[in-house]
Amino acid sequence: MTALLEVEDLRLTYPGRGFRRRSAEILKGISLSISPGETLGLVGESGSGKTTLGRAVLGLAAPTGGAIRFEGRDITHASPRDRRALARDIQVVFQDPYTSLNPALQIADILAEPLIAQGTNPIEARRTALTLLDRVGMPSNSAERYPREFSGGQRQRVAIARALALRPKLIVCDEPVSALDLTTQARVMDLFIELQRETGVAYLFITHDLSVVRHISHRVAVMYRGELVETGDTAVVTSTPSHSYTRDLLLAAPTPDPDRQRERREARRELRAAQAARTAP
Amino acid sequence: MTSFILRRLGSGLVLIVLVTAITFFLTFGAGIPVAQNILGPTASADQIATLNAQLGIDRPILEQYASWVLGVFRGDLGTSYFTSEPVAQALASRLPVTLSIVLVACVITLAVSVLLGVASAARGGWLDSLLQGIATISYVFPAIVLGIVMVYVFAIVLEWVPAIGFVPLQESFGGWFASIVLPAVLLSIGGVASLAAQIRGSMIDELNRDYVRSLRSRGLSERSILLKHALRNAASPGLTTFSLLFITMFGASLFVEKIFALPGFGTYGFTSTIQGDLPAMLGVSLFSVAMVVVVNLAVDLANGWLNPKVRVS
Amino acid sequence: MTVYDPSDSVVTATLDEQPATRRAGAFRRLLRTPLGLASLVALAVVVLLGLLEPILSTHDPLFASLEHINAPVGTPGWPLGGDQYGRDIWARVLTSINVSLVSALIGAGVGISVGTVFGLIAGYVGKRTDAVASWVFNLLMTFPALVLVMVLYPVVGSAYQGMMLIFGVFLAPGIFRLVRNLVEGVRNELYVDAAKVSGLSNLRILSRHVFYVVRGPVIISAAFLSSAAIGVQAGLAFLGFGSTQTPSFGSMTSDAFQSIYTQPVQLVWPALFLAVLNGGLILLGNAYRDVLAGPQSTRTKKRSLHEATVVGSATPRTAPSRSAGGLLSVRNLRVQYPAPEGGMKTVVDGLSLDVQPGEIVGLVGESGSGKTQTAFSVLGLLPKEAHITADVMTLAGDSLLGKKPAALRALRGGTISYVPQEPMANLDPSFTIGSQLMEGLVKGMSRKEAKEAILALLDRVGIPDPERTFRSYPHQISGGMAQRVLIAGAVVSRPKLLIADEPTTALDVTVQAEILDLLRELQRELGMGVLLVTHNFGVVADLCDRVVVMKQGELVEEGSVRDIFHRPSRPYTRELVGAILDEQTVRSDRPADNASRKDDLR
Repeated sequence: MTALLEVEDLRLTYPGRGFRRRSAEILKGISLSISPGETLGLVGESGSGKTTLGRAVLGLAAPTGGAIRFEGRDITHASPRDRRALARDIQVVFQDPYTSLNPALQIADILAEPLIAQGTNPIEARRTALTLLDRVGMPSNSAERYPREFSGGQRQRVAIARALALRPKLIVCDEPVSALDLTTQARVMDLFIELQRETGVAYLFITHDLSVVRHISHRVAVMYRGELVETGDTAVVTSTPSHSYTRDLLLAAPTPDPDRQRERREARRELRAAQAARTAP
Repeated sequence: MTSFILRRLGSGLVLIVLVTAITFFLTFGAGIPVAQNILGPTASADQIATLNAQLGIDRPILEQYASWVLGVFRGDLGTSYFTSEPVAQALASRLPVTLSIVLVACVITLAVSVLLGVASAARGGWLDSLLQGIATISYVFPAIVLGIVMVYVFAIVLEWVPAIGFVPLQESFGGWFASIVLPAVLLSIGGVASLAAQIRGSMIDELNRDYVRSLRSRGLSERSILLKHALRNAASPGLTTFSLLFITMFGASLFVEKIFALPGFGTYGFTSTIQGDLPAMLGVSLFSVAMVVVVNLAVDLANGWLNPKVRVS
Repeated sequence: MTVYDPSDSVVTATLDEQPATRRAGAFRRLLRTPLGLASLVALAVVVLLGLLEPILSTHDPLFASLEHINAPVGTPGWPLGGDQYGRDIWARVLTSINVSLVSALIGAGVGISVGTVFGLIAGYVGKRTDAVASWVFNLLMTFPALVLVMVLYPVVGSAYQGMMLIFGVFLAPGIFRLVRNLVEGVRNELYVDAAKVSGLSNLRILSRHVFYVVRGPVIISAAFLSSAAIGVQAGLAFLGFGSTQTPSFGSMTSDAFQSIYTQPVQLVWPALFLAVLNGGLILLGNAYRDVLAGPQSTRTKKRSLHEATVVGSATPRTAPSRSAGGLLSVRNLRVQYPAPEGGMKTVVDGLSLDVQPGEIVGLVGESGSGKTQTAFSVLGLLPKEAHITADVMTLAGDSLLGKKPAALRALRGGTISYVPQEPMANLDPSFTIGSQLMEGLVKGMSRKEAKEAILALLDRVGIPDPERTFRSYPHQISGGMAQRVLIAGAVVSRPKLLIADEPTTALDVTVQAEILDLLRELQRELGMGVLLVTHNFGVVADLCDRVVVMKQGELVEEGSVRDIFHRPSRPYTRELVGAILDEQTVRSDRPADNASRKDDLR
């Protein structure tokens, strides 16, 4: 199957500000691919560059080297007009449900906006908005309300509905459940999976939470300080990782079972002791 | 820090040159008939020509500007067209008047604003109302009206202070104080209104910050939190406001001088403008801009010192 | 990442309960405020007088009648009397109103247009345009007013309209800065990013998203600028700049000043109208600003200086004989806040818990559960507005009920201490790490002893170079190190009870593991009791001995950590534990199955 999204040796460096600051290399040559209908989980801690990679795919950050290809077309430095056309193929769901919806607009307007921007007439757009609200499990009387009247989980559903409006082939999800309560998180994750099964959309799912990534990803890519250290099937990477950083990450994440957690702590301690012994003079 | 200072000085210099040049060329371009103004409407063309040559006004504009600039470096700001008094000397006699008023006003403003702002942020209640009251007075009644009312009440009716005139500090402290206290208070009313409100707002913001809660959790006294930590962090925007106030006051002293008949810097600038007395105007504008630059630089330095991110780098 | 904001304990009503409230337009709300209404009416009256000047005016404002010099108020045909030249004061007032209004229109109009246009461009387009524009406007702003007048006068002459036009340009920098900052702020918002990804053109983004944010503050500034323009024109006229043919409040004030000894009443008229104009405009601006800010305006901001004290409940539910014991005992804690609409909002309702010495108790719940409010109640760090009552609240046998703030302060940092959630936000940026940590200590030890204790502790918590960190400022250390510093600060006095509020939520998972290890070791060494507020069950499994589950302010269940995980008895607890993404489930369906199915959404 041909890849839907291909990233090849992508680099992104922010120039230094002023004559004293050195430039910052955020992405140091990332290569990955996503197939249609697949979820690629992108895992990393702060400073790994995972958010920047997502933004580069969306056209919100300009790469300084390498290439991004969508359905074979090079979109690395797409012109503004091409980007607007790409909106029909690539969409986004952000982390913060409180600032990703314009507080001054009604829900229906928020959902209709991408449709109208791409040429749909307002009446048609509004009708679609109502359908979308229903699809993500929001009551239909939400259309005339404002974001502030809803909880975080509900707003995130609206954000997902907005992302689906143009029927994209790929949605970049930047930590979409990190700001949600546990119970809400589970429900929103289920919604993501359900929607993928129905529409065949692919996800680039960025997160720092390993359990989330396990649940939703077919394949996992692990990033550390701007580099991709490991990629592979979820089951493999999350149980028998090959890279030491992935191993560190897995052992550091606490498991919700007191006894298993104690074992994991021991394993981490042993790993650290072994590493220390190796580097000792 | 040093590059910071140098950059500031550099842009300050640019500003001075720009402003004096603009003043020069605009005034020149306005074509004020200086000689006619001095000699009166009955002057003959010959007399005008002679005076023009005497004053050096008939030279090409760039030459005049160049000679003025060179003069500045020598400390010679030219001679007034109208009074034949060297501008530098005139300024030296006028500045103490204005500076007395402005500096005393600044002291009053700073003291009252900090007290009122901090106390109102800490305690609220009637202090808030007091602050509101002062603010309301300052913008409902413009300074000119307030000034006149003050003269009426304190000088004419109560006769506590003289209505007009300036007494130099060297002559008598009491006399000096009496002659500038009303104008200084007048200037400071508007200043207190804005600075106190600003300090209050910044203090409340700081007191709501997380680190204040953490400090409290370690058992720090409220006084320490208020005066040592919160005030320190709230000081920076306050300083910037204060510098703007100082500059505004210096400009506003013009009105105050008119109301209280004080022979100050502002009045000098005003008269010279109406008359087209170019050397005097240039001297006033040079000094004004230089002062703005110095004050801004001082505040920038203070802010830089207060901000550890700038201080340490 | 601000997942759980301790001060946001609003319980969101379900959709069925809340009717769809259409917020009345800002203008309508303005009319409902007494200040807004009053100032609008006053201004309207004055404007109307000015507009009706041709009808209302009894004489030409420049007409001077020798018989009416200093005529008293009420002279027939001269309703407000005559000035020292015999001119009709009422006529002059009416004309002056128009002069002021025109000044306001020109001055504010120019200032707003120039400032807004350039502010929008500078804020949105790019760094270089911004740098140039900012430099120019900074230059304008530092131009001394006196020099400005001096420079303008030869150019503009005596026409006040010309003066106001140029003054308007010099009033623009304030607006420029305001608009530019607003636009820059909006440009970085996620919803603007989403709009870009949706394919909106820059123009649409500006008009739809950016302009809305800018509109309100610009309107407010228009009011203030108008007042400034009126003031400037009056001031200049007072000094004598400007044509003597044009009556204005400034020249009227100057005339009145000249006759202050003989006719002080003549000052009243220009003063009155200037007061109404200036005051009306500024009060209107303030009222509109308050309306836009909503219920949380600066005037009524929470003042956290005085902490709330816990008082004993009026009607205790717990029999006092039931022995509390242990390190911390809380019975029937209730925390309430005054609601903006009136009445009280209850965020913690009847909570009871115990912490034994040396025990780690996890306080878990979702947002709105009240767990953070509970923790802060024990610490005594809730703002003054909070009403806190409890039947019992004892710490190491000492009852906290009704204790004075000073007594509570003595306990904090000594017997009871606190580790916060966001490390960087919890350090004072203006002081070195060392001086901040020392401050709480120096009561009881010499400076030297305190410093040694802190350095030793910094080393103990795993900071590589304690001396250097001691001398550093918060911005020079990383988040993980900052958290270690805060932990050091919390344990240096060997507290009996440590309250940790989501101490690892803001940290990376690898750093989190280390901090959890640190907390466990310190707890063991010092034998502290720990109350750990968290929403992360992994952390609970790692650290806690017992767990207390809260929902919407109430206690749901409590028990040992194994009981809660393996045998939860209440349905909510089961739901919570069930929602934890376990480590067994892995995505099993294949992408190929999905790609071939494409649902029609429309």
